[in-house]
Amino acid sequence: MTPANIAGMGVINGLQIMALTDHNTAGNCPAFFKACRRHGIIPIAGMELTTAEDIHMVCLFPELDAAMSFDAEVKGHIMNIKNRPDIFGHQYYMDEEDKVLGEEETLLISATDYNVETAIALVHSYGGVCYPAHIDRTSNGMVATLGDIPPEYGFTVVEFNDSANIEEYRQKYAAVKDAKVLCSSDAHYLWDINEAKNFIDIDDEPYSSSLVRNNLLKLISNK
Amino acid sequence: MTVNQLIEKLSLEVLNLEEGDREITGGYVGDLLSWVMGKAESGDMWVTIMTNVNVVAVASLVDTACVVIADNAEIAPEVIEKARTQGINLLRSSKSAYQLCNEQILL
Repeated sequence: MTPANIAGMGVINGLQIMALTDHNTAGNCPAFFKACRRHGIIPIAGMELTTAEDIHMVCLFPELDAAMSFDAEVKGHIMNIKNRPDIFGHQYYMDEEDKVLGEEETLLISATDYNVETAIALVHSYGGVCYPAHIDRTSNGMVATLGDIPPEYGFTVVEFNDSANIEEYRQKYAAVKDAKVLCSSDAHYLWDINEAKNFIDIDDEPYSSSLVRNNLLKLISNK
Repeated sequence: MTVNQLIEKLSLEVLNLEEGDREITGGYVGDLLSWVMGKAESGDMWVTIMTNVNVVAVASLVDTACVVIADNAEIAPEVIEKARTQGINLLRSSKSAYQLCNEQILL
């Protein structure tokens, strides 16, 4: 996947808004923003942050700048392990034309040293929203890792991998009962990107992509 | 073997000790709390590198004899405080989970 072909796939699938949330980096978000603008898609800059407990958290930011500042902060907190491209593949940074600008040497799939609590506070300090990713997945989901969605974290939204699990989790876990639910494609390959089957109504007058992003983040962070 | 004996023989760091006379009747190693909740048993020495505050809740739920944090994993003061209020024996070592179990079995 490249920033440009992700945006292109979004067009084919009829998406109006897309978030780029690479593991522990926002380094391809500037190119993604340019590619989305070209295709008429509203981009959101984000990251799928791995906490010290090996839990994946989706972090979304209202603006690109905030995501990039957050990215700079996170850089020094990823475990110092070098990527092995022969095993994990290359970790390229690209421009909007899919030209390779550089390569990340640190293995991005490993964990940061932020625990969940610290991660939440940090994302908030950059104006972002953060919520547990794919809570119904056994690998790196919060329920598998911590045995619960601890209510003291105060999540207003959680992400599911499979919408068929929502009812069961609402009944089992108190913090999920009244939380908003997002079902994302969590795409790691182009063919994983969903078609436009889920929707949220967002007030977009007077129209700007920034207004839509901000209203979306407000909507999911409200209790 | 009691928790006190384990601490002495394995030179464990004591983060919180409530019930040193507690008998250790088995063991479990795991970091995914959902698995620990399902598999660990009352009286176990539970060895883990997980230091999230929920470790205390799970130890209390399962009624483990003690929790041993391996590899000197960093642990927040709040977690130790929580162990204090919940009455959980919380220990730590620079040894790995493998080494700790190996030494415990040889005792």
